[in-house]
Amino acid sequence: MPDNKEKYAKLQAAIEKHKGERGAVMPVLQEAMTIFGYVPQDVQEMIADGLGVTLSEVYGVSTFYSQFSLEPKGEHIIGVCLGTACYVKGSQKILDKLSEELKIEPGRTTADGLFSLNATRCLGACGLAPVMMIGEEVYGRLTPDQVPGILDKYRTAQ
Amino acid sequence: MELYRSHVLVCGGTGCSSSGSAKLIERFEDQLKEKGLDKEVKVVRTGCFGLCEAGPVVIVYPEGTFYSRVKVEDVDEIVSEHLLKGRKVQHLVYVDHKTHESSVQKSLSEIGFYKQQERVALRNCGVIDPENIDEYIAFDGYRALAKALTEMTPEQVIQEVLDSGLRGRGGAGFPTGKKWQFARASKAEHKYFVCNADEGDPGAFMDRSLLEGDPHAILEAMAIGGYAIGADEGWIYVRAEYPIAVKRLEKAIEQAHEYGLLGKNIFGTDFSFDIHIRLGAGAFVCGEETALMASIEGKRGEPRPKPPFPAVKGLFESPTNINNVETLGNIAQIILKGADWFKSIGIPTSTGTKVFALGGKINNTGLVEVPMGVKLRTIIEDIGGGIPNGKKFKAVQTGGPSGGCIPASLLDISVDYDSLTSVGAMMGSGGMIVMDEDNCMVDIARFFLDFTVDESCGKCTPCRIGTRRMLEILERITQGKGEEGDIEKLETLAENIKSSALCGLGQTAPNPVLSTIKFFRDEYEAHIKEKRCPAHHCQALLNYEITDACRGCTACARKCPVNAISGTVKQKHVIDTQKCIKCGNCMATCKFGAIIKK
Repeated sequence: MPDNKEKYAKLQAAIEKHKGERGAVMPVLQEAMTIFGYVPQDVQEMIADGLGVTLSEVYGVSTFYSQFSLEPKGEHIIGVCLGTACYVKGSQKILDKLSEELKIEPGRTTADGLFSLNATRCLGACGLAPVMMIGEEVYGRLTPDQVPGILDKYRTAQ
Repeated sequence: MELYRSHVLVCGGTGCSSSGSAKLIERFEDQLKEKGLDKEVKVVRTGCFGLCEAGPVVIVYPEGTFYSRVKVEDVDEIVSEHLLKGRKVQHLVYVDHKTHESSVQKSLSEIGFYKQQERVALRNCGVIDPENIDEYIAFDGYRALAKALTEMTPEQVIQEVLDSGLRGRGGAGFPTGKKWQFARASKAEHKYFVCNADEGDPGAFMDRSLLEGDPHAILEAMAIGGYAIGADEGWIYVRAEYPIAVKRLEKAIEQAHEYGLLGKNIFGTDFSFDIHIRLGAGAFVCGEETALMASIEGKRGEPRPKPPFPAVKGLFESPTNINNVETLGNIAQIILKGADWFKSIGIPTSTGTKVFALGGKINNTGLVEVPMGVKLRTIIEDIGGGIPNGKKFKAVQTGGPSGGCIPASLLDISVDYDSLTSVGAMMGSGGMIVMDEDNCMVDIARFFLDFTVDESCGKCTPCRIGTRRMLEILERITQGKGEEGDIEKLETLAENIKSSALCGLGQTAPNPVLSTIKFFRDEYEAHIKEKRCPAHHCQALLNYEITDACRGCTACARKCPVNAISGTVKQKHVIDTQKCIKCGNCMATCKFGAIIKK
């Protein structure tokens, strides 16, 4: 696909940019995540070859940090904050409601590829607890019954 | 610099940004232009004001009028009434939760939330535009660096910091001056000065606010520290989850370079210093200094045994000094105003101030900075404004997954490093989560262990396997399958993990369990022996009951997914506890409050 070709060219450029830099594996993986949305094996192989490190080193790093995903993610990534402040204010119930509405467990993606549901670490917006993010958008002071309405916004936008 | 008759400060911190402060700024600018006021009134996006509860927050100077929960549609009124006609918009002015007093006639420092605070690290947050180096300089910015470089030797700088008694604000409380001394003493061609901005404690956002609200203060402190220990390169390791902070740091570094405040021969001296940013990728353990360095080196963020300490062998095998963001936030002030001034704040063993992120079941959620040694009660009741909805205070959790819970009986404790440690909690990075009677302490312990198990890097056995065993026991207890002897098992495991784990993460992981057992043993026992959750939180241990308040409207019966509710219309209904799956739907549906948890 021409689309993909462009992505790989972007990755190649990112590799060139960081080549020779100390500790380049992480920044390149981070750029790969932005380009592809995940880091499949061939991308990791390309990074390893390009930076002159072993594939096991790249794989070791990509599986250590929660930000790197080996599987494709949904179009809208939902992150429900399970930091302490949100948890004591009932964010587990928000997560349960989303799980029920989307019919997926946290960490999974819906069959139509529209949503990925994640329980995330503290988002640092504790003043608005309980909080969730969909993409870049932050939703604060949530109650479980607001969940279906918010999801509908994204569904109808399709 | 152009002069304006009024300034409209709009909070651009994370909390207020999340509730739409960027749109407010746009609207203000449009409206001011429309009314022809754009040459007279300036709109400034500042860092965090602290009172996130009232966000989005807008302050109009010179009056210092504090508008809270401002919506886009309120902007027109503020512009046409306040800025054009000079009449404050009464109904938008912040009202104190506790006293119900409107702050129309008050200045900011007189509001209950701010009255007992003392801002040292946060001095510029919510005051200056963080993306403008000129505003930082106008508030004495980079003067401390000039003083250090041109009037002081590196040893004198270290002595000043040592004398100030400043201790690490990341949690452990190690004297900062000592750290610098060790790094200075190491002889090497290259040394590094690292800022730890991997703020991972759930419920803590002081570092985030400081980076977002006053990024230059951190750069200046790093340059001062670099000069003191003899480093020529600085690294900031910051969470990728903090995009605003990253953007402002990048901008600040660029501006500092333009002004010659970073780079070669700063202030015409021999001292050269450069700062790089490295983004984390979501691993809590990277807040541990040896893990953090491994991560900057592009490796898995696994900690290693100490010694060698970073001051001897750190980043890229060179001597390295690592300080937390808030620690650095104090440095410039110490150099400018002197150690004696700093020591005059706080108490002798814990000098200066501490920033806390107040969250959970408290009225005034937000960021507060108080002198060390203040009573915990002052923070919770006076500054925090107490517990919402008339509920009873149960505990406050400090120190995140490494800390502990402090019960109501100890509310008069002094908030300083040693007092908090003596009751099994810790200062930690500054998260302070308040819990009320509805929070189950066994479940809170389970929550933290769940976090640790997930974040354990897996390198050492006590942490990888020990914490998992503890979590399994806690899960059993909260599901009503606790057994006699579980508490003792938890205690033994906890002691073993504390004494044998490789790094701080594992060594402190059992703390939330130990402190809840210490202060809330009765809750553990109720779960285990009576199969009862006193806070009515643990689903498996709940029983729903319909009281005489039932009008027989049948709403609950229709909502029950397992048909566990029976009864005829206009008659009191009954729940079959054998069938009930404890989903809580009935309770949420009932309009008469006739369903209770037992």
